[in-house]
Amino acid sequence: MDRALPQPTPETQHFWDGCKVGELRLQRCAACAQTYFPPRPFCPACGSRSVEVYVASGKGVLWSYVINHRPRPDMGTEPHSIAVVKLKEGPTMMTNIVGCPQTPEALQLDMPVEVTFETFGAMALPLFKPAGA
Amino acid sequence: MKPRSIAVVGAAETTRLGKIPDMSVIGLHADAALNAMADCGLTAKDIDGVATAGESPTNIAHYLGITPTWADGTQVGGCSFMLHVRHAAAAINEGLCKTVLITHGESGRSRVGGGGGFGRAPASLMGQFEMPFGVTSPPTMFTIPVMRYLKARGYTETDLAMVAVIQREWAAMNPRASFRTPITVDDVLNSPMIAWPFRMLMCCLVTDGGGALILTSAERAKDFPTKPVYILGTGESVETPLVSQMEDFTSSKAFRVSGKKAFDEAGISHADVDHLMIYDAFAHLPLYGLEDLGFCKPGEAAGFIADRNTAPGGKLPLNTNGGGLSYMHSGMYGMYALQESVRQMRGIAPAQVPGAKVAVSHGVGGMFAASGTIIFSNEA
Ligand SMILES: [Zn+2]
Repeated sequence: MDRALPQPTPETQHFWDGCKVGELRLQRCAACAQTYFPPRPFCPACGSRSVEVYVASGKGVLWSYVINHRPRPDMGTEPHSIAVVKLKEGPTMMTNIVGCPQTPEALQLDMPVEVTFETFGAMALPLFKPAGA
Repeated sequence: MKPRSIAVVGAAETTRLGKIPDMSVIGLHADAALNAMADCGLTAKDIDGVATAGESPTNIAHYLGITPTWADGTQVGGCSFMLHVRHAAAAINEGLCKTVLITHGESGRSRVGGGGGFGRAPASLMGQFEMPFGVTSPPTMFTIPVMRYLKARGYTETDLAMVAVIQREWAAMNPRASFRTPITVDDVLNSPMIAWPFRMLMCCLVTDGGGALILTSAERAKDFPTKPVYILGTGESVETPLVSQMEDFTSSKAFRVSGKKAFDEAGISHADVDHLMIYDAFAHLPLYGLEDLGFCKPGEAAGFIADRNTAPGGKLPLNTNGGGLSYMHSGMYGMYALQESVRQMRGIAPAQVPGAKVAVSHGVGGMFAASGTIIFSNEA
């Protein structure tokens, strides 16, 4: 079964295009300097429409997660993490932690993680792995 | 409606009309909203009420950066916005909010990014930024913030289990409860793993049922054969449709805003509350609720429950029907929390709290997306 994939909108196209070329693209406000996520063509902190897209560090820490023991059919049959990382630039982002056992012992909160892009069909998803792994 | 009591001060359409293939539905809502705010010199921080149709008010509020104390998602078709104006006027006159934003956006021709609202279509925010990572149903979404919460508070799986154990004690007193057999912490911790750290007995059950309420003025209420249950205070708020975008994983902003508004309206303190319902879709909800409503300081809710304060005979009886964990949960359980509050205020609950005069009913919607709080009293 094929993985459920995002369908970009005009406001989010830059983000998904970035994933395909290995860039985690975030937006920040020119007026108040705030980085925000998910993408939108204005700043949710101050309402300014003067915003820019930039390439983020791709680094963050594991903020919270569950290990789903009843995976969705398109996610395979083994228990897997559904995680939120806190990016170095500030926002949180849902993802999967890959490249390590899917166990509470291996998935320690606040451990450094870094983005890795995995291709599924016509899309690439931003997944995260333990930093340096 | 009081004539001339409410005015429109900002009004605008989207920057362009016609064919707009470069903007999605929520983008059109936001463009019109930003233009209307610019029209009258306001920003999102000045708005405390949101009404919309098609999209959910939660999506609109979070997208724009609004923290509302009033939200209306009435969707009755093309005239929804006339109803929103009327509802907004009543809300402002009643003091539920001060400044309401009503939005509309529709990609009727270009069909870009529809299917938002409460849906998970691939172009919706949830479809793009949560669904690809394997979320299924509430057990893998409502639970997402909890590991962070446990670490921040110093709570453990045992603390989650204790919530289920004590609510089962209440359920045992209720002949209509789905599960009545007593359970232990070990039973909970040995029940099947659903999504670490959540086991089956920490998750609500799934059952069929329904409920209904009838309200009228306090003046007319005297003429009815039933004991009137008066509304002392109300609160509501919405935060975000995406649990991954909660401002604080250890506290629900919607809970805090809704609860404070209800207590302020009622003019009561926590010590005045005789009975409490906190919508418990999962075992962590009563913990967040006790803290975010101000009954416990952050970090003290688990001990408060373990010390039997919320158990039968305790000083703050909580979820006395057995809750979503043991009584019933059809999907939108808030109705059953209200029903139990009304029974307690009428003095007819199966596990009746003797002499209870003030009851708080606190509900959640979505995955910490929305919240509503109603405070009742049986004294006129
Ligand atoms: Zn800004």
